[in-house]
Amino acid sequence: MPVAGDTAAAAAVAAAPPRGVIGRGLGRSYGDAAQNAGGTVLDLTPLDGVRSLDVEQGLVECDGGLSLDRLMRLVLPFGWFPPVSPGTRFVTVGGAIAADIHGKNHHREGSFAQHVRWIDLLTADGQVRRLAPETEPDGFWATAGGMGLTGVVLRAAVQLLPVETSSMSVDTERAADLDDLLDRLTRTDAQYRYSVAWIDLLARGGRLGRAVLTRGEHAPRSALPRRRQADPLVFGPRPVATLPGIVPSGLLRRSTVRAFNEMWFRKAPRERRGQLQPLATFFHPLDGVLEWNRVYGPDGFLQYQFVVPFGQEDALRAAVERLSAARAPSFLAVLKRFGPADPGPLSFPLPGWTLALDVPTRTPGLAALLDALDELVVGAGGRVYLAKDSRLRPELLPLMYPRLDEWRAARDRLDPEHVFSSDLSRRLAL
Amino acid sequence: MINALGSPQSLLLLGGTSEIGLAIAEQLVRDRTRRVVLAGRDLAALRTAGERLTELAGPTTLDVTVLEFDAAERASHATVVERAFAGGDIDIVVLAFGILGDQERAEADADHAVEIATVNYTAAVSVAVPVAEALRRQGHGVLVVLSSVAAERPRRSNFVYGSAKAGLDAFATGMGDALRGSGAHVLVVRPGFVTTRMTAHLPAAPLSTTPEAVARAVLAGVRRRRDTIWVPPAFRLVMSALRHTPRAIFRRLPL
Repeated sequence: MPVAGDTAAAAAVAAAPPRGVIGRGLGRSYGDAAQNAGGTVLDLTPLDGVRSLDVEQGLVECDGGLSLDRLMRLVLPFGWFPPVSPGTRFVTVGGAIAADIHGKNHHREGSFAQHVRWIDLLTADGQVRRLAPETEPDGFWATAGGMGLTGVVLRAAVQLLPVETSSMSVDTERAADLDDLLDRLTRTDAQYRYSVAWIDLLARGGRLGRAVLTRGEHAPRSALPRRRQADPLVFGPRPVATLPGIVPSGLLRRSTVRAFNEMWFRKAPRERRGQLQPLATFFHPLDGVLEWNRVYGPDGFLQYQFVVPFGQEDALRAAVERLSAARAPSFLAVLKRFGPADPGPLSFPLPGWTLALDVPTRTPGLAALLDALDELVVGAGGRVYLAKDSRLRPELLPLMYPRLDEWRAARDRLDPEHVFSSDLSRRLAL
Repeated sequence: MINALGSPQSLLLLGGTSEIGLAIAEQLVRDRTRRVVLAGRDLAALRTAGERLTELAGPTTLDVTVLEFDAAERASHATVVERAFAGGDIDIVVLAFGILGDQERAEADADHAVEIATVNYTAAVSVAVPVAEALRRQGHGVLVVLSSVAAERPRRSNFVYGSAKAGLDAFATGMGDALRGSGAHVLVVRPGFVTTRMTAHLPAAPLSTTPEAVARAVLAGVRRRRDTIWVPPAFRLVMSALRHTPRAIFRRLPL
């Protein structure tokens, strides 16, 4: 049900329906975090106002349902940019906090919630509490990464990042194999604010783990060509196409994905420095095609993302080898180094390597393959990302998130009756 | 919850000693299922079946509940369903009880004919209604109904059983349509001749199958959210031909 204001949201929560309530933003979680079978789902996207913007300090106070797309369009002309950008602009501020999302700058600047000064949280008792990391660290950090199970984020104050232009200065290079890739990332990541590598999971043998690294920084005004320096903050990304809903399920098979991956690798320059790219091209390549998920056809796909700590490169290598050996047609696999862990007990990042991949659900043997990867990840002291999970074994959750009990205690203080529940919370017994 | 790859976490088996039902349970507990409710008449046999399932589940703990359930005792059905769902959501309910009966006896003995009709049809309807309600309330889950190829066109040699299965099949199909949009769904399974205790005294028919094969087909159907499956799939074509066979010929076929 759509919710346009505090009172409507509070009434829906106070009704405490037997199957619970969960907030939902733009529905970009790959799993079941914003679904609630038999219960109430609050559509928070009508709640999308900006309360205030301090153009000097770059502090924005906005509603939880505001999308990062709209936020960007509003604040860029003033020389500000969201502190953390995920792979799509079509997520809400509330969702970004509930999943404690990360971006290509995690190794330097941490997760989204690290840049949030306070939130207004609607809790199960119908009260709205202002939680700041300094004054209410337990409640704040249980909500950051808490998958919406502590309450509804009605408003938040977010510290933005100053930028001079709406362009990125991007360095692109190729890595011939996994060793080369890890080496390049380890050596030079610290020089870049943003860093990510696309990795070809269908490459085998000597080319196992070949990748294209794209790393960059917001371009300073002086880097722009003279004619664009007058208006350096133009931002008007337009999607090029919308995918129709008639794609057959078998389109993304091994042969087509392999051809795509080959092309992607070949078209990338061996090495190019300081290329100017629009923000959207660098951060949100998929947003260029609306409804891109339809490319997987009616059977759909799932996403799997894990992190293993530094020092567990063997586990990472084993995972890449297994994925490559399974010939799972994955054309969007992304490898990145995380920085220090974030304070939330259910926040996903920990210092190490994170790999994210899409794979069609009809891939034969997929369930067993991912179960085996889970074991590998747990053995290495790693974890999977709850915002993307749709199939984890519940018994592995406490092993992946050792601070789960701490989170549960904080959640029980905010929501003792467990009014907030979702398919995810039921499936994993959160 | 049934996860993105179609694996359920909890099972209610009505007809808890049914061979097909237990074959489904065995495959489920080897995967993600951690809670099983077995409902049936013979409590000792149910406990034994539960122990076997616990063994198969391996190191992870399996939560097995045994409930007394008699298809003939209509009055108790709603309570049994309520107790099964009291322990939490149930992702998959398998309606697996049934009797083959003795056709020759049933043709002359009304009591026996009514018994076949009652267990296979009336009792199934009586328990399916509260199950469907519970699934509708929880907003997800699948009801698997074991029908039969006999439901498509009952034959001379087995029409009492066939008529009851035909009624059940129509009921379950309609219930599936009624549940559309609720999140819950019904899978109608039409197996051919399955080699089990129930059919041990009969000569095996062509295209005969095993409880394990039926179980695999059922779980694949659940994964893909199918409405109707035939086991083996060739029966769909076979029965389509038989359905259109003129009655004078069909009556004489050695079926």
